[in-house]
Formats: sequence, structure tokens, C-alpha cells
Amino acid sequence: MIDIQLLSTPLSISACETFVESPEAGGAVVFIGTVRNKTANKAVVRLEFEAYTPMAIREMEKIAQTALDKFAVSKISIHHHVGILNIGELPVVIAVSAPHRGAAFDACEFCIDSLKQTVPIWKKEIFEDGEVWVAAHP
Amino acid sequence: MTLEILTFGIARDIVGSTILKLDITEGVTVADLKKEILSKYPRFESLTSLMIAVNTEYGNDATIVKAHDEIALIPPVSGG
Repeated sequence: MIDIQLLSTPLSISACETFVESPEAGGAVVFIGTVRNKTANKAVVRLEFEAYTPMAIREMEKIAQTALDKFAVSKISIHHHVGILNIGELPVVIAVSAPHRGAAFDACEFCIDSLKQTVPIWKKEIFEDGEVWVAAHP
Repeated sequence: MTLEILTFGIARDIVGSTILKLDITEGVTVADLKKEILSKYPRFESLTSLMIAVNTEYGNDATIVKAHDEIALIPPVSGG
């Protein structure tokens, strides 16, 4: 079972945790992405996230489905934020439950790594003296 | 036919609009489309990558673009 959401409201860690609760689960792994205060020693003021919504949801669903097929896990919840975020706020939360913890750790890592590679979401870093689309240039 | 291509992130900055209108001939491929866009907007050459989505799926070079397809320019993604 999977739960994918793209939200402009603050993400709820407990909403992801609650979704993956399951009587067959021996544990759950939760990845919480947070906005860091600097990039390469440059102070970040805030981040702005935008998404190609229908495709972003579809790609996140594909990732979760692939993880369910690939690892012995029970439930996966992926929530991603769009809009402006300040330092310490949450761009992404991923929760995975499984009968045994190893699969939950592996699946959670697979989900965040894949999300960063394929999901059409873009992050702009705003500095005191300018802004940059992350990863746009080599 | 005229395609209305959706733009996001740095692609929107380069094009200067949320929609890129492009006159193309019927039956062009994603590779043709990319070539046309690169020649019109050479700044795309400086990006790490440029993908084209056709109906919310990543297209490959041989994918044929049709009049009513939803086309989007996908510059390097950076979610998470």
C-alpha cells in the first residue's frame, strides 16, 4: 500500500508514520528531509520548490511501487512539499514499514535516492545576494 | 501544428514564459524537438541535462510527438 502526496501545507511526520502502521510490521523507517542553512559555506535564506504536479505524483507512485516489488516491505508513504520553505522546515518525509528492519532501511534509501533523480520537482536556493536553481548546471 | 510546451524551473527562466509555443511539422520526434529548442534557446546547452516529457512520462529520442500531447521541458530535477 502506498500514499503519495504533494502538499503546499506543512508536512506532517506523524501522518506518514500513521499511514505505514501495520500489524505485520516489525518496525518503520522514516526519512525527514530538512532545509539546511548553507550550501558550500554560503548562507541560505530560504528554498522555493515547484513541481510539474501530475508527473511528480506519477513518478513518486512509480518509485513507491518499485520499492514494494523490490524489497520485503509493507507500506510506503511519501509526502513532498511545494512552495516556500525556511531553514529547518521539511521538504520531504518518507516512511516505510516492514516485517524486518533491513528491508525498511533499504527501501527508504531507495525511495529518497530515486526521488532526487527522477521526480520533476525543482528547488531554488535563495541567498542574501542572489538565487540559483539547484543542480541545473554541472 | 503549434505545440504549447510547459516549462518549469530554470527552463521557464530561459524561455521567459510558462509556455513555449513552437511550430513544428506533424510526426516529429522528441530528438527533433530538442534540437529545435536548443537552436532557439542556446542557453539550454549549459544545463546538466534536458529531458522532454510526453503525457507526463519521460520521452526518449524516438518518441513521436502528436498535436494533442501534453509536452513539458524537464530541466535537471532537484527535489528532496
